[in-house]
Amino acid sequence: MTGKTQQVLEAHNVHVAFGGIHALSGVDMRLDQGTVLGLIGPNGAGKTTMVNVLSGFQKPTRGSVVLNGQDVSALGPQRLARAGVGRSFQAARLFRDMTVEQNLTVAGIGTGRGGRAAARAAAEVLDWMGLTRVAEKRCDALSYGDERRVSIARALALHPAFVLLDEPASGMNDAECDALMHTIAHIPERFGCGVLLIEHNMKVIMGVCQRIHVLDGGRSLAEGTPGEVQNDPDVRRAYLGKKAAAEAHHLI
Amino acid sequence: MSNLVQILVDAISLGSLYALVALAIGLVFGVMKLINFAQADYITIGAYALVVPSASVSPALFIGGWPVVFMVAGVLAVVTVLALLTERIAFRPMRNSNPATLLISSFAVSYFLQHLVILVHTGRPKSVGVGNSLSAAVEIAGIRLPGNQILTMVVAAVMLVGLVIFLKKTPMGIQMRAAAENFQMARLMGVRANRVIAVAFVISGVMAAAVSLLLVVQTGTLDVRMGLMPVIFAFFATVIGGMGSLPGAALGGFIVGFISVMLQAFLPADLRPFRDAGVFLLVILILLVRPQGLIVDRAARERV
Repeated sequence: MTGKTQQVLEAHNVHVAFGGIHALSGVDMRLDQGTVLGLIGPNGAGKTTMVNVLSGFQKPTRGSVVLNGQDVSALGPQRLARAGVGRSFQAARLFRDMTVEQNLTVAGIGTGRGGRAAARAAAEVLDWMGLTRVAEKRCDALSYGDERRVSIARALALHPAFVLLDEPASGMNDAECDALMHTIAHIPERFGCGVLLIEHNMKVIMGVCQRIHVLDGGRSLAEGTPGEVQNDPDVRRAYLGKKAAAEAHHLI
Repeated sequence: MSNLVQILVDAISLGSLYALVALAIGLVFGVMKLINFAQADYITIGAYALVVPSASVSPALFIGGWPVVFMVAGVLAVVTVLALLTERIAFRPMRNSNPATLLISSFAVSYFLQHLVILVHTGRPKSVGVGNSLSAAVEIAGIRLPGNQILTMVVAAVMLVGLVIFLKKTPMGIQMRAAAENFQMARLMGVRANRVIAVAFVISGVMAAAVSLLLVVQTGTLDVRMGLMPVIFAFFATVIGGMGSLPGAALGGFIVGFISVMLQAFLPADLRPFRDAGVFLLVILILLVRPQGLIVDRAARERV
């Protein structure tokens, strides 16, 4: 953890409407540096829209995004990335003609490092992520799981204050998923950043997050520690349906 | 034997010329999806910068009369400044337009520059004596080759290698490759759009300047449309090579040069005037077999 003052990324009363459809309705959220916040909810809950809003890809119809007390709602994704809000995507979007190491080097150069320093920083991040074995591989030759891991490594190579990870484990098998969650849990202590982790599987992120925010149908359903959220009746209902919730509450 | 070697040298030398133009077009297309036909006029204006503006068909030398190093530097300066100006004035405001709009605006810039040349120099072809000594034959391993062709090959080779080193080793080059593949993602990675695009134009200007000088040394003439045919062939080269792929652009340049020289050498004399039609025909055939180009741009088939 750095000695700098704690940074905070907040959403205040965020509404997003696409035509008549309300993707988000009055969502408040707070992400602190040095913590992992889980963002969960069923498909269509508005999780990705929320990440798009926080990273400047989607302007809120109403409400605001505030970074360290400053309203950044009007900033585009490039400006926000430069201000320290990085993200991964559901599709990895790597530079496929370049090697893994070069992908991270691009990010390092973008933070103002020279070519050599950026390459060194890239190697460190890859080493920490256990990706050194693929450093020299071209990204179009990566396995699916490595592709996903490299996209997270690249987001970290930007040394963001906040990193938003959109379903980083989607499509991975259980073992891969567990290993990745273990890595993500340690991002704050290694890089000092705040992590927003989107997942639709609640079980997967229980051990990773300090706090969990649940969205359903574009509204905040609950926020609290994993234990609190797990036992929240509204959350159960949203996830499992009323009847199943009663029968199977031990499953989540 | 020596005839065959001569044909081969012709092909490689013409191919290198097209490869240089194709790389310039491919580089700018990569970073901003602009097919810049004004590249032709960068070449033309670079060549005309050698002489004093006048209506004369054998004008006095201007930059062309300077010592070689200064002449090369002078033409480089003129063409890169011109390329940067067109980027700043004409193309930057259209940055987010679709490729068709960008293409049309490049025609506008091209016509504007062409008529500027006609206004200043008139439209008549001119003769210019620069680098005449280079036309002398050089004897290598018992085979006599024209010096200017050797120069063309050497210049092209140096620039190709230089470009590869730039793109692979320098921070700006690495950023440029990233931007060429996925511009938005590159910007999220801190790549400055304006800077990367400006540098791409500078490189296209440097390549155009080199082609200007090589064409003048080879032909000894200035013509308002002297840049046009190389750019059209180079454009076909980038399409054959696979739009967006720089190795493809270079390869396409050599292929087009090769086809052109082979047709010139082996077509019956009566058919030779139709050589260019033959080149286009073969280009069409290549594209029928591989519509995506020989080297496919990987960004175009990104997994979603």
